[in-house]
Amino acid sequence: MKYLDEFRDGQLARGLAARICQETDSTRHYALMEFCGGHTHAICRYGIEDLLPGNVRLIHGPGCPVCVLPSGRLQAAIDLAEQERVILCGYGDLLRVPGARGDTLLKAKARGADVRMVYSVDDALDAACTHPNQQVVFFAIGFETTTPPTAVAIQQARRERLGNFSVYCNHVLTPPALRALLAAPLPSPPRRQGVAQIKGQIDGFIGPAHVSTIIGSQPYEFVATDYQRPLVIAGFEPLDVLQAILMLIRQINANEAHVDNEYTRAVSPEGNRKAQRLMDEVFTIRSSFEWRGLGELPGSALAIRPAFADWDAERRFTIPEIPAIDHKACVCAEVLRGITRPEECKVFATACTPDHPLGACMVSAEGACAAHYHYGRFRQAAAS
Amino acid sequence: MSPRRDVFPHRLDLQHGCVELSHGGGGRAMAQLIEELFLAAFDNAWLRAQDDGARLMVPPGRLTMATDSHVVSPLFFPGGDIGCLSVHGTINDVAMAGARPLYLAATFILEEGFPLADLKRIVDSMAHAARHAGVPIVTGDTKVVERGKGDGVFITTTGVGLIPEGVEIAARQAQPGDAILLSGSLGDHGMAVMAQRENLRFDASIESDTAALHELVAAMVAAVPGIHCLRDPTRGGLGCALNEIAQQAGVGMQLREAAIPVHEPVRALCEFLGLDPLYVANEGKLLAICPAEFADTLLAVMHGHSLGREAAIIGEVVADPHCFVEMATVFGGRRLVDWLSGEQLPRIC
Ligand code: SF4
Repeated sequence: MKYLDEFRDGQLARGLAARICQETDSTRHYALMEFCGGHTHAICRYGIEDLLPGNVRLIHGPGCPVCVLPSGRLQAAIDLAEQERVILCGYGDLLRVPGARGDTLLKAKARGADVRMVYSVDDALDAACTHPNQQVVFFAIGFETTTPPTAVAIQQARRERLGNFSVYCNHVLTPPALRALLAAPLPSPPRRQGVAQIKGQIDGFIGPAHVSTIIGSQPYEFVATDYQRPLVIAGFEPLDVLQAILMLIRQINANEAHVDNEYTRAVSPEGNRKAQRLMDEVFTIRSSFEWRGLGELPGSALAIRPAFADWDAERRFTIPEIPAIDHKACVCAEVLRGITRPEECKVFATACTPDHPLGACMVSAEGACAAHYHYGRFRQAAAS
Repeated sequence: MSPRRDVFPHRLDLQHGCVELSHGGGGRAMAQLIEELFLAAFDNAWLRAQDDGARLMVPPGRLTMATDSHVVSPLFFPGGDIGCLSVHGTINDVAMAGARPLYLAATFILEEGFPLADLKRIVDSMAHAARHAGVPIVTGDTKVVERGKGDGVFITTTGVGLIPEGVEIAARQAQPGDAILLSGSLGDHGMAVMAQRENLRFDASIESDTAALHELVAAMVAAVPGIHCLRDPTRGGLGCALNEIAQQAGVGMQLREAAIPVHEPVRALCEFLGLDPLYVANEGKLLAICPAEFADTLLAVMHGHSLGREAAIIGEVVADPHCFVEMATVFGGRRLVDWLSGEQLPRIC
C-alpha cells in the first residue's frame, strides 16, 4: 500500500506545516472547523494540532453520524430488537451507544435480542434471505456516503419481493447541518477584528471527503456566497488536512471566500450523479429531524418514499417517538460551534467519559469530546 | 495399546464421527476418547499413568503459575488454530515472569455434535506445539455440553514454570528512564482472525503470529537478568498492555510511532475497518522494559532470535503522575495512547 504512505509522509508534513507557519498572520486568530469525524480522527490520530502555530485553532464539527443520532431513535431501535422474531442489523460502532434509557444494543443482545453487527447493508439482506421466518431490520445511519448502498438494498428487496426485510432510516444530510452552524444566532462581527478572537466565530471549513464524492462540491456554495466563509473539501489523509488548512489560511488572509477542492482525486463539482439519482428514487427529504447536540434542523434528513413503504421499518412496525434530553450540564451545542472547548465542560472526563457519555460529542471516538479524551488529554494535564 | 483392544472393539471414527454427550460422561466412551485421541497425541509418561493427577518433579526455586482460556472464533485461521494458540498462550504467560515453563495442563469443553475430525486436528496441533516447545501436557480434563450450549470447543490451559535465581520481573518495576522494546510487528493475529471471520469479504494475506516465546525470553533473561518487565500484548494489544504497566508502576511512557513495526497488509486492513493496530491482539510478541544502559544489548539478543528479528526500541518510561502513554506520531505531532473503551469495533463511513 504505497498509496497510503504517500499521504502520511512526515517530511512532507513538516514542509507544509512550515509554510502554514510562514503564511499565518500573527496579529489574528484562525478558527477552522473540520466538519467530518474522519478529519477529526486524522487530526487527533496524527497529532496535527502540534504542527500548527498557536493562533490556528481546529474546531471539531458534528460530522459523526453515530454522535448526532438522537438517543430516542437509538432507544427505539433497541426496543425493536427486543421484539419477538426480529433480527436487528447495525454497524459496529452503534452497538455500544446508550439509548434514551441508558440501555445499549449490546446489552439487549446479552439479554437475548438478536442484534447483529454488519459491515454493510448487504449482510442484512443476506440475513433476510437466510431467515425467512424472521423480520430483519437494517438500522441505517450515516451521511450521504452510506445512503446510496441503503438505496440499492431497498430496491433489491423490492425486486426480490423480500417481505421480511426493512430499513429503519436515520440517514442525514450534510449541507443543512453546515447551514445550521452558520445561521446560529451568534455574534457575527466583521471578520478582521485584530488579535482578539471572537468566540463562536468559525473562519473557515474543512469540507467533507467521502460525502463530497457523492454530492460534489456545488452544495457547499452557500457557505461562501451566503456566509462569506471559505470551505476547502479535503481527503481524510493527514496530508490532505494540512494542505486544506494552508488553502484556508490563504483565502482568509486574502479576505476571500470560495469553495475549493483539495480532494480532486475523488471529488468533482457535480459529484456522483448515479448515486444521487438512486438516493432520489428511494428517499425523500424529511421536513425536520433532530440532531443530537444541534436540535431540530429543517430538511436535514431522509425518509423512505411511499413507493417503498413496504420496506420502511417506521411503517411496518409501530415505532414510538421517544423524547430524549441530554444531561443539563452538557454543552455539546457550544462545543460543536467552537464556543466552548471540550475540556471546558464541567463534566468532561469526570461524569462524562466514552464509557458513560452524557452528550453527543462523547459518543463515538470521532466526536469532539471523545477525540479530545482519547488523544489529547495529556495537553490539558501538561498545561495545568 | 493392544491389551485394550477388547475394551474398545470399535475404534473411534475420527473421520466422520461427532462428539457425543457420552464422551464426557466418565464411562467407556470417555475413556476411549482419551485413549485414542488425547493420549495418542500428547503421549508421555504422566498421561500414560492415567491417574487423576500428575506427580511432578519440581526443581528448587520459585515457581510461577498461569492459566488462560481460549474461545477463538473461527477455530482455524491462517497461521494457526485454537489448539496451538492454547499452548502458546499459557507458555507465554509463564515466560513473561522470566520463567522456564515446565508443565502444562489442558481442559476441553466440547459441544455435542462437534466433528471429531476437527477435534483431532486441534489436538494434533496442540501436541505439535507442546512438543516443539518442549513443555509436556501432563494432565487434563474433558467435559461435553449439549448442542447449542458451547461454541464447538473451548480450551483452558494452565502452566507452571521455574523462575531463574536473581530474576525479578514485574510491571511495578518499570522506572522512569527505562527503555521499552517490542519484539516484532503488531496486529498480525487479531487481523488474521478478523479477515477470516464470516461476512468480512476481504482477502488479505495475513497470518497469525501465534508462537511460544519462552526461548526468546530465556535468551533475553540470560543476557540481561535485570529486565524490569515483560508482557505479551495479547487482547487489547500494545496500547492496553502499556497502559496496564504504566498504571501498575505509576509511570508515564513516551512512544515513537515511526519505530513501531506494523506489516503493510495489517495496516491496510486496519485502515479499511477503522481499527488502530495499537489495540489489535498479538499472540507471539512481547514487550520488554529494561534500564536504558542494557537496551542495546537486549535488542541485539532479540535480533539474534527468529521471533525477535524485527525487534525495536519503541520508546521510554518517563515520570508522569497521570500515567499517560503518549506517542510522537509519524507526522511529527503527539497523541495519547489511551485505554480502549470496550472492544474495538469497526467504524462506518
Ligand atoms: S464532555 Fe460530555 S457532557 Fe460535556 S459537552 Fe462533551 S459530551 Fe457534552
